[in-house]
Order: sequence, then structure tokens, then C-alpha cells
Amino acid sequence: MRWRRTRDLLTGKSMLLAVVAANLLTFLIAFGLYLKSRPILAQKSISHLLFSSSWHPLEGKFGFYPFIVGTIEVTVIAMVLAVPVCLLSAIYLAEYSRSRLREMLRLVIDVMAGIPSVIYGLFGVIVLVPLVRQLGQFMGETTTGYSLLTGGIILAIMVSPIIISVSTEVLRAVPLSARETALALGATKWETVKHAVVKSALHGIISAIVLGFARAFGETIAVLMVVGNVARVPHSLFEPAYPLPALIANNYGEMMSVPLYDSALMLAALILLVVVGGFSLVAHLVLLRVERR
Amino acid sequence: MKRRRLEEIFFKVLMIASLVIILAILASIIGVIAYKGAASLSLEMLVQTPKGGYYLGGKGGIANAIVGSLYLAIGATVLSLLFALPLAFALQREYVNRSIARFTRLTLDVLWGMPSIVYGAFGFVVMVYMGLNASLLGGIIALTLLMLPIMTRAMEEVISMIPLELKEVSYAVGATRIETTFAVVLRQALPGIATAVMLAFGRGIGDAASLLFTAGYTDYIPHSLFDPSASLPLAVFFQIGTPIPEVQNRAYASALVLLVIVLMVSLGARLLSSRFSRNILK
Amino acid sequence: MPHISLRDISVFYGRHQALKNISVDIPDGQITVIIGPSGCGKTTILKSINRLVDLNEEIRVAGQVLIDGADIYDPKADVFELRKKVGFLSQRPFPLPMSIYDNVAFGPRIHRMKGEQMLRRLFNLEKKIALGNFQLTDAEVSVRRKKNKELNILVEYCLRLAGLWNEVKDRLHSPASRLSIGQQQRLALARALAIEPEVILADEPTSALDPLSAQLIERQFQLLKKDYTIVVVTHILRQAKRIADYVIFLYLGELVEHGPASQFFTAPSDSRTRAYISGEIS
Repeated sequence: MRWRRTRDLLTGKSMLLAVVAANLLTFLIAFGLYLKSRPILAQKSISHLLFSSSWHPLEGKFGFYPFIVGTIEVTVIAMVLAVPVCLLSAIYLAEYSRSRLREMLRLVIDVMAGIPSVIYGLFGVIVLVPLVRQLGQFMGETTTGYSLLTGGIILAIMVSPIIISVSTEVLRAVPLSARETALALGATKWETVKHAVVKSALHGIISAIVLGFARAFGETIAVLMVVGNVARVPHSLFEPAYPLPALIANNYGEMMSVPLYDSALMLAALILLVVVGGFSLVAHLVLLRVERR
Repeated sequence: MKRRRLEEIFFKVLMIASLVIILAILASIIGVIAYKGAASLSLEMLVQTPKGGYYLGGKGGIANAIVGSLYLAIGATVLSLLFALPLAFALQREYVNRSIARFTRLTLDVLWGMPSIVYGAFGFVVMVYMGLNASLLGGIIALTLLMLPIMTRAMEEVISMIPLELKEVSYAVGATRIETTFAVVLRQALPGIATAVMLAFGRGIGDAASLLFTAGYTDYIPHSLFDPSASLPLAVFFQIGTPIPEVQNRAYASALVLLVIVLMVSLGARLLSSRFSRNILK
Repeated sequence: MPHISLRDISVFYGRHQALKNISVDIPDGQITVIIGPSGCGKTTILKSINRLVDLNEEIRVAGQVLIDGADIYDPKADVFELRKKVGFLSQRPFPLPMSIYDNVAFGPRIHRMKGEQMLRRLFNLEKKIALGNFQLTDAEVSVRRKKNKELNILVEYCLRLAGLWNEVKDRLHSPASRLSIGQQQRLALARALAIEPEVILADEPTSALDPLSAQLIERQFQLLKKDYTIVVVTHILRQAKRIADYVIFLYLGELVEHGPASQFFTAPSDSRTRAYISGEIS
């Protein structure tokens, strides 16, 4: 009857193998993209690629600077718009609402999280672009509506679910004792929240924001549909921008016909992987630490 | 004291306003898509493929995208499941120690948050290496990469909640680890596993960026794994920019169909998990 | 030769030593009760006999546990066969997520048993009493064997031995989770008996039950001890006095005293034992 024992040993080994393989996947992806980026990295220095503003693939010029700046700017705008609204919502959900309402709103947030980005993009095209155009006219700027601001708004909407859900969880995890201490000293509910609860949950909340940032940084389709896609560093909110993911998405068709273009785009993808992955990693590590406490 | 009270009321108003803003935005998104899409929906739209080219030809419908999306998403779901389930089981304490499990969960979490265009780009690298053209198979590969971390992590959450005492009952009669996993863990976690699959499916069917490089686009319904395939997200993406209103209508219709599918899967998964979690665990 | 011998057993949870150099022989065909205050290692000692401690990666075991003369902690030992020899009841009964029938049949199925040994045993037991006034002639048995699968007979006999048959015979295929907790514990007994162990270990088997169910379990133990070696852990002194033939007293992980029950309760030798029995320390 030893075969059962042998089978158990074999199962143990194969499970371990599966886990190791899964962990290698990230490295495999990074490595694959790196291999494909090698040609352009061999020809141009990394600082030239990252900081030059000149993007003319047909002439062999691959300066990523406008795209990097565009990505950062649109993401920052999104965060500025999203964070206050999301934090306030999260605080309400965690501290003030009754559990039925909370469950219903949880459902709503989950639904929002599941909506495909192309639908957000479509909404952006139908509703936000004309809105921003009007806003621009109102403020004296001529704009087609396809702009940095529109991109920021749509991204803000898209990252809200993740910021709200993670923040709510983190706030709920703050132990009762922290609240009781403040209340016992005569604080109002809001003061308790402001001074005790949010302070305790600060690390987690920052992680939630970082996760939102990472999500916004890498978002491709919705942004691409509303942001204008002009390869220049935007000088105002109403000018178009061209984030990195949009660059990759728009030009995959031509990339095989122009020398080094495919390599450049793979490099762009690699940059995305590293930046988004890095932020995600840090945020999750902090959240793990928070959980442990 | 008055000032403190006022401050509390002020912020309460802000909080409720924030929630209302979010709800209003969600409502308007669904509303706008439903409105525009419903106007363009018809039986022909659903069952015909585009005639005269998807970008310029006015006749026909979006069957190419609907069928394409279903092929892609179902194919990727099945392929993902094949890898995700064993991996989720493997993360139990009986098979790997705590640090390896923690590290793997971290990796999966990071992969879950990866932009889908990265998966598309990598899928492209793989396809070039294998000599594949833009095809259904390419799209399935890219989607599988996207769906795997989501499915695995969601399944693993449920599996790790199964109490050790329950598994001890099985081990106490001399069952091996794999026997216990199938007889006890799989049964107990089945609703959660089903929910995880639906969650991943919902994410996969709505994704566009990973398909750009890998699945291609076409007017026709793919007949083999090596034919290019249309998809609902790309149908919206490619057809919304056209000057021709009939083609734009196809984009709206695709958006509505996609939204309906995703909402049904999302809500269905929620209902399933709440219905079954009462039943099994004590 | 006694079935079970503990030789200098020590168990460590990380740095903390839960069991300190315990050596004792467990007599056959008797009910041995392990008593002592909570948290003194009683459960640990039980779980070290069927190597259920293996499931916890922080636990280290030193010393030997001999079952039928062979050390079960020998790296070459087959843990799954070992656990087949030793039936285990935990404090809170956890029915496996399957029907009543499948719960009992689980052990036999994975070990591919034929039930021959069980039938032979039953002929040696005082069938009438053990099976609750249910008696079959040899002829009736062989008729049954031809008609039913052996597994059905095995399941029935185990449920009878556990005192549960009459209550569940009409719903063998309904989910086990629907039983009351007292019935679930008896099901656990049936499940343990089904693998034809030589030893039955029970960890506070009645602490979660109402008095009536507790009484049923105690009665079944009395009936079964003729043919099995039974080891029961309890913190209820009165229960120990009721059912014990042999007593082992553990205090803070140390083996303080052990001996036949008659001697133990009337004339204990150690002062700590006296203090525990009289209720001074609990």
C-alpha cells in the first residue's frame, strides 16, 4: 500500500513546482519585454530616450519625454480629483453608514469596478468631451474637448472604486479601542474620525491612493479615447496630451514597418510594467504590514 | 462646542455629497450607454456581421464582435481555470510553507494590478516567437495571462478560509493531501471558486488593450483558432470614430451588449456567493 | 504487548515545550482517560499518537511513539496507514461536506477496504449488545452480502455501533450538516469505526454535546472497549470517574501519575493529583 505514500510525495512536489512557476511569470514577462527592447536600448542611451522631447519614429527619433510627462500629469490630475471625493466617501461608508447601506454601496462600487474601460471611454467621448469644450469656452480657452483635463476626469472616475474599497476596509480594520478612547474624552464622532481613526489608518489609506495611482498610470483605452493624443508636452489643462499606454495602443499597427519602432514600444511597455509594478508592490507590502498589526 | 458641531455637519454634508456624486456618475454612465445603445439595438444588429467593412460599411450588425468576444472570453476562462485551480490549491499550508505562500500572493496581487496593455505586449512577444499572427489563439493567450492572477487570487481567498479542523477530519482517517483537497476543500470552496471564475470572466470579456496586438479585428466570425477575431470592446473602440452614423450605432450597440453581459456576470457572481455561503460552512 | 507505547515523548511548539518527556503504556481493551487542567497538553498528546501534529509546521516531536512495536515517527513510516489504525474524534464534530453515507464511507473508499475484517470482528463481539438488540445469523449475513455491496453493510454496521443507525437509516443520502450536534458526534464515531482501527482516540468528545447525547457516546464507548483500545481526553472529572478503566494525569505538560482507575481515584500518590481530584486546582 506504499503507492499512496508515493503519490502524496509526488503531489507535494508538483504543487511546489506550480507555485515556483507562477512566481517566475512576472519575471518572464519583464524579461520578454526586455529582450524585445534591447535593439533600441543598444542604439540610444536611456537618458536620451527618457528625456528627449522629439518623437519622430520615421526619422529614428524616439524621445519618450512628452509621453512620460503626459502620463504623470494626467494621473496626478486624476488623483487630485479622485482622492478627496473617495476618502470622504470611504469615511462615510466605514464610520457613518448602517450595514445595509454599506452592503448596497459595496455592491455599487463593485459594479463600477467591473465596468470595462472602453465603456468609460465611450462615456467620456459622449458626455465629457463636449462638457470640457464648453468649460473651456467659458474660461476663454479654445479646445476640442479632447484634453488633459478630460483624461484626468475619466481616470478619476475609474480609479474611485479601488481607492474607496481599499480605504473602507482599512478604516473598518481600525480597532474599536482607538475610537472608544477618543469618544471617552468627549470628542464628537467627526473629531474621533479625524484624529483617531484616520491617523491609525493612514498607512493603509496611502496605500489605497498609491494603488489608485498605479491603476491610473497604466490605464489605456479610456484615456486614449478622450485625451487627444498629440505628442507634445501640454501647457494647459485644456491642451491634448499623449500618455504612454496610449502611445503603445495607437501605434501597434505601424510598429512592424518602421525600424526600431516595435522595440521602442516594447520598451514603453517595459517602463509601464516597472513603474506600475513597483508602485503596486510597495502599496501591497504596506497593506500587508497594516493587516499584520 | 457650536463650532465643533458645525464642523461635523459640514463634513457630513461633504461626505454625502461625495457619495452622491459617485452614484450619479455611475447612473449616468449606465444611462447614457443604455440610451444610445438601445436606440441602435435590433435583431439584425445582434445576429448579422458587418457588411461592407466594419469601419465604413453601413449595413449589418455586430455578431462578429459578440461571437468573437464569447469565444475569446470562454477560451481564456477555460485555459485560466486549468492553471488557476491547481495553483490556488497549492497555496494551502499543507503544500507550501507560509513565506512562499505569502510571496506568491504578493506576486499575484501585483500581477492583478498590471495594465492589460502589458499583457498584450507580452502576448505579442510570445506570438512572434511562436510564429503566430493576430488570431483568436493569440487573444486567448493574452486574456489568459490577464485573467490568471485574478482567478487564482480570488479562489485562494476562499480556499484559505476553510478551517484546519475540517481538513483534520479527513487526514485523521488517513487520507492523503490530494484526497483531502478533492473531497473536502474543493467541495467546500466550490461556490467561491465559481464566483472567482465569473469575476475573472467579467474582467476578461471587457478588456480591449490586451487584444489590440493579439486578436486582430475582422468583419467575420472566426472559424479556427488561427483566424483573427473581433471583440465587443474593440468593436466600440474602432467604430466610434467613424463619420458614418450607422457604424457609430454599431459601436453603441456593442457597448450596450458588453455592459449588459458584464453587469449580469457581476451581479450573478454576487448573488451566487451570498446564496451559497449560508449553506456549507458552519 | 500493548498497542500503544509512548517512549520519552516531548513536543515543542516553536520554543515552548508542550509535552515533557512522557513515557507510558496504554493498556489494550480498556478505556484510558487522560485528565488534567486545560491547556496542559492533553490534545497534543492525542494528536501526537496519530501524527495529526504533522499538519502544524511549527511543531517538533522528539521521542518515540510505538504502535504494535513500530515507531510511528520513523521517517520511513507510512503515515496514512498509521492513521487507518487509529480512529480520531475531535471536540467539535465536523461533518465532511457530503451525505451521511458518504461521510462514513469516506475512509473505506480511500483505503479501498472490503469490510471483511469488520464482519469478522462483529462475530467476535457480543453482537446483541453492541449493535443494540440487532442480531443476524450467519446465513442472513451471507445473503446480505450477496445482495448489497459490502460497503453498504459496512456503513450500516458502523452507524449501528455508533448508536446512530435508527435515526438516519431513512436519510442516508441527505447532507450530514443537517444532523444535530449530538448526532454529528456519533457520526464522527461511525466514521472513525469505518476504517477498522485498533485504537480510538477521542478529544473531549462530549464537551460540545447536551447531556443525553453525551450519555449515548459514553455508553457506546463502554460497549466498544471490548474490541478496541479507547483513549479519551476529558477535563470533566466526573466523566473520568464514570468511564475510566485506566487514568493518566497530565499537568503542565508533565506526566504526573497514571494507574488503574480504582487505584487512582481512591489512593493517588502525588500531591498534585490529590489537589486536582479534590478540586483545589482545576
